[in-house]
Amino acid sequence: MSDVVERTLSALPGLLGQQDPGAGPGGGPGRVSATSRLGGLIRSITALSSKHEEEKLIQQEQTNLKATVSAPTTTLRLMKECMVRLIYCEMLGYESSFGYIHAIKLAQQGNLLEKRVGYLAVSLFLHENHELLLLLVNTVVKDLQSTNLVEVCMALTVVSQIFPREMIPAVLPLIEDKLQHSKEIIRRKAVQALYKFYLIAPNQVQHIHDKFRKALCDRDVGVMAASLHIYLQMIKKNASGYKDLTESFVSILKQVVGGKLPIDFNYHSVPAPWLQIQLLRILGLLGKDDPRTSELMYDVLDESLRRAEINHNITYAILFECVQTIYTICPKSDLLEKAAKCIGKFVLSPKINLKYLGLKALTYVIQQDPNLALQHQMTIIECLDHPDPIIKRETLELLYRITNGQNVTVIVQKMLDYLRQSKEEYTIINLTGKIAELVEKYPFLLLKWFIQTMNAVFSVGGDVMHPDIPNNFLRLLAEGFDDEKEDEELRLYAVQSYLSLLEEEDTFYPQKFLQVMSWVLGEYSYLINDGDPEVIITRLHRLLKQTFVTSETKAWIMTAVTKMSSRMSCSKTIDKLIQEFSTSLDTCMRQYAFELKHLCENKELMKNLFPLDASCDEIMVDASLSFLDGFVAEGLSCGAAPYKPHHQRQEEKLSQEKALNFEPYGLSFTSNMSSSGFTGRQSPAGLSLGSDMSGNSAELGQKETNCLKLDGVRKLWGKEGYLPKKENKTGKEDKTQPVPQDSILTAHVVDPPLMQSEQQVVSLSEEEKEKQQLASTLFVGLGSNSTISLVGDFYKLQVTKFTKYETQNSEEASSFQNIATLPFSPLPDTTPNNKENFQGNEHLGLRKISLSSSEVLEASVSFETSQSVTEVGLDEQLSNCRLSTSSLFADSNIEVFQPPQNVPDIVANKAPLSLCLPEELAGHPHSEIVELCSSDILTVYWCKVWTDDCSRLVLFVANNSTSPLKTVNLVNLNIFYTSVNFFLSFCQKCVQLEKVCTEGVLSGSISYHLDTDTHLEFSLTFSLSDFIRPMKMTTEDFGRLWLSFSNDVKQNLKMSPSQGSLSVALNALKQKLKLHIVEIIGNEGIAACRLLPSVPCLLHCRTHARTLALWFRSSCSALPDSLLYQCQKVMEEA
Amino acid sequence: MRSAGRPGPGSVPGQVERGGPDGTGPAGGGGAMMRFMLLFSRQGKLRLQKWYLATSDKEKKKMVRELMQVVLARKPKMCSFLEWRDLKVVYKRYASLYFCCAIEGQDNELITLELIHRYVELLDKYFGSVCELDIIFNFEKAYFILDEFLMGGEIQDTSKKSVLKAIEQADLLQEEDESPRSVLEEMGLA
Repeated sequence: MSDVVERTLSALPGLLGQQDPGAGPGGGPGRVSATSRLGGLIRSITALSSKHEEEKLIQQEQTNLKATVSAPTTTLRLMKECMVRLIYCEMLGYESSFGYIHAIKLAQQGNLLEKRVGYLAVSLFLHENHELLLLLVNTVVKDLQSTNLVEVCMALTVVSQIFPREMIPAVLPLIEDKLQHSKEIIRRKAVQALYKFYLIAPNQVQHIHDKFRKALCDRDVGVMAASLHIYLQMIKKNASGYKDLTESFVSILKQVVGGKLPIDFNYHSVPAPWLQIQLLRILGLLGKDDPRTSELMYDVLDESLRRAEINHNITYAILFECVQTIYTICPKSDLLEKAAKCIGKFVLSPKINLKYLGLKALTYVIQQDPNLALQHQMTIIECLDHPDPIIKRETLELLYRITNGQNVTVIVQKMLDYLRQSKEEYTIINLTGKIAELVEKYPFLLLKWFIQTMNAVFSVGGDVMHPDIPNNFLRLLAEGFDDEKEDEELRLYAVQSYLSLLEEEDTFYPQKFLQVMSWVLGEYSYLINDGDPEVIITRLHRLLKQTFVTSETKAWIMTAVTKMSSRMSCSKTIDKLIQEFSTSLDTCMRQYAFELKHLCENKELMKNLFPLDASCDEIMVDASLSFLDGFVAEGLSCGAAPYKPHHQRQEEKLSQEKALNFEPYGLSFTSNMSSSGFTGRQSPAGLSLGSDMSGNSAELGQKETNCLKLDGVRKLWGKEGYLPKKENKTGKEDKTQPVPQDSILTAHVVDPPLMQSEQQVVSLSEEEKEKQQLASTLFVGLGSNSTISLVGDFYKLQVTKFTKYETQNSEEASSFQNIATLPFSPLPDTTPNNKENFQGNEHLGLRKISLSSSEVLEASVSFETSQSVTEVGLDEQLSNCRLSTSSLFADSNIEVFQPPQNVPDIVANKAPLSLCLPEELAGHPHSEIVELCSSDILTVYWCKVWTDDCSRLVLFVANNSTSPLKTVNLVNLNIFYTSVNFFLSFCQKCVQLEKVCTEGVLSGSISYHLDTDTHLEFSLTFSLSDFIRPMKMTTEDFGRLWLSFSNDVKQNLKMSPSQGSLSVALNALKQKLKLHIVEIIGNEGIAACRLLPSVPCLLHCRTHARTLALWFRSSCSALPDSLLYQCQKVMEEA
Repeated sequence: MRSAGRPGPGSVPGQVERGGPDGTGPAGGGGAMMRFMLLFSRQGKLRLQKWYLATSDKEKKKMVRELMQVVLARKPKMCSFLEWRDLKVVYKRYASLYFCCAIEGQDNELITLELIHRYVELLDKYFGSVCELDIIFNFEKAYFILDEFLMGGEIQDTSKKSVLKAIEQADLLQEEDESPRSVLEEMGLA
């Protein structure tokens, strides 16, 4: 666009005087308005010289506009013009909310042109949650039904820009219809509108997934490309569910790369680059950790690399994406080689944008290929000193990833240098976090270095850094490491360094830093043998008088002073301090002063309260408040009413407001509750014991364990006042709690003097030699010979654990625990709906799966072999089991029972296989036993068993061959057999749902060893209904629970004639979803169910003229939504 | 005691999640590719703003002001990409006008740069050698073109011809402004 003539605003007034821009060069279709009122407004604003004048002018303009838009005589045409002017005012930053409603009206009433401006104004003025937006829904619905293409397009555009989430159902069917429209532009926009819906409310568009597939196969390239946006998002969430599409994506990409698309889609003679990049991204996600899928794409990736030859930004963009994909999927050496070459091209490019991307790519691939960093080390060094801070920043990011014990000091120093120059809050937060992480990883390289670096972090990071940083630092300091002597030394050094920092008067430090200092001084100042504690107290005292110190920090300082005073006999400064603050206007300070005073009078007590170096000891707290028993008993005997908890009182109040309740309080309810394992936090009302059961607090308290260990007791002073028994530790514990920070935004940065005394790093001002030297310090420990230390230190990419162990007795049950090694990094959750995990529901968090008994039902021929094999290879290729967000079935605690190998000898006849469930499961409802996968050797059958407390997956493994099998592994499910020779065996496994979602996929593979290793892959879908169980309750209980739940969802469903009455519909739901029908009265019915283990959900439904109104309520926010979807499915099937 | 207290590498605060190799890959915050697009002049006057993620007015103003300052302070030879807040900002200057897009950290910066360029090409084609004045006086047209080009933060049509066709089709209505509706319908269906 170099031919664009630079005409800046300074030339504007003159230009306007000479000519009408409408007749300017080119004279495109749009040039009109310079003479219009908008033109006038713009012209006069440009002519103004001060902000103040501008404000005045706009105010005047707004008054005019306000009068015009609200006048009833204003024509729509004039209104359109007003809207454009209003948009202009808003763009200048002047709010014009009076016009919003008129924008909606214009969209509603105007003709096409006016409508277009109306819609534009709405989308610019309002945000997604604006209440006025509801008024737009009707207009959108009307326009979507219009026969005019332009109107439909406008409606679709506005829907994809801004639409209220809760109104999606109103337009969804209309938009779905548009997917079949004859015009591709409409289909494309409809897909894009659905994409927007998918982003803001994924559950609502779940049922149209197959229509997305249709869109993917659309004959129009634009529609297909639009559907890729949705696929990218869906695959991000659950890659395993879309592996079957890999070949389609590959073939699309092949066609695109091969130039099969219409020439329209070329951009600078590169075919559809946006499409290519989208596809490459999708392929990367699909091929990640999946060798078989990766294999499918090697060819096309190679071709993409080859075709992208022209020296243009767009080809580099594609190359970059290719490189990323190649390094994301399972590696193939010649592709990697080519990709590495590409990265080299980027890094060495004179173009700064490409250099930046090169660094980014290096950062991305560095742990797979550290040698690449070595190749480019000189460039990296140059970039470290690059005048553009962005390049520097990315280089630091790269260095951060190659840090090891040998180069950490240099790298941290570089990062500190950068940190000192940056002022942007996000950068500071980010960098301080990284520095602190590195420093804490190698704290004992150099004691002084550790403390000094942290000092720098605290003084620069100040109050914007993450609160975990000071907390972690203090914890490290307090808990120490293995060597007690080193710990002492470290603490002593910290104390000394803080003292010298505080020596200077009137130096400003961030609050967080002061808090850290005062905690350390209070806790460890006794380590200084030669110093006078009086000096330290004087310094702290001086701080207390500073104006910049917040009251929170003052509390820290006072605690430090209190701790120190317990170790001194008497101190003039303390007396002075007490005197001074006893009359302080700050009540907190006064309180502290009085406490200190009283404590000083009783030195013995004080010594007990503040033992030396005891910040890490556990504290016992009597949470049941049993020491108050006497007091309560006395109160009760004097006629006081027994204590009722808050929620119970409220409930009683509610029930009093309702009609008289003639039923006795249902005992069955309480027993139900306890059996289904309610916990108090899940549903406070669920625990509502009848009023007769509410004893006093002591009674309830004693039911719990008498002494709770509370790690994080926060309150220094309870409501009851000063509790000497508790106080000693709580005070200290308090210091390590994350403290909500007072916002002090700009921290004046001071270089701690100590930092300057230790400059160990090479100064880079000199030439090449120095650079070489720096390179050697930076890249030390890198390279092929020491890659392991690098990779192992930082990246736990693949956790591959190989355990060998011997079992002499094969009957012995062994259990493996591998909770820690599971790489189930919680993927960022992209479903807003699912975001709320069950709070406080520990059951689900536990990720527990127990695999019990795998027995040999019938056995084998060669008994001898079985005895000889005693080695168990546990090879967990967990990298394979990257479960997607939507299918976070987790597993961890696995018990494996080895098949008893004594059994075989009784088996002689290999009777026809009868697959049946073991006795303990046979009684439960279960699905049919179906074949899952098979090969000539093995057949795997599966079956779901729905027991009361969990869903079990039972896998049957049958040996089709006559020869014995060696080690059979069920990868991902963490089941493995040692049994060499079983003929048929089964295993079961309890699957739990971690997050509420409607469907999840559990995938795994089975591998066995006959002559060669063989894999069989399979995947199973679990739906929400697998985790739903009926919940029995009475109508009264239902009513009570109903009131206590806040999350609800309503929806009307159409009923087919066959479904007829409510009871038919409800029974269908009951069967499919395992609901418990509480009662049906006329055309209304109520039902209840629970999500395992015990999250209740209530359903109220009512039929009305062929519609079924469903109303869900639950204590879990995501559950109603997902259940509704299940119901929809059931009703559709029926 | 020791192991319990050691802060694990995972607990590191303040770290902006990158689509790094150590983690979950390019899993974004669940949003569209682009967060917002701004056009502003060298004098720091906003010419066009489009937000693809719900943002409060106050926040918008703050972000616009901050970002303008940062971008305007950059020197001409510097990189077109910026790390700003938790976002990547891609900007390019065309004559006196800055085009500026915010994307997520793991998105492709270069293609975003080309996206800006494609938008400028569209404007150029539509206005016929576009200049800042065209955009100042016909900003609503610039919005219409943008809406036809990007939808919900994702590129809608990569074909220059079809974008312009759609716009011109709508523009033609202008001349038929007062004509009866049935004609419009024909236009639309044509």
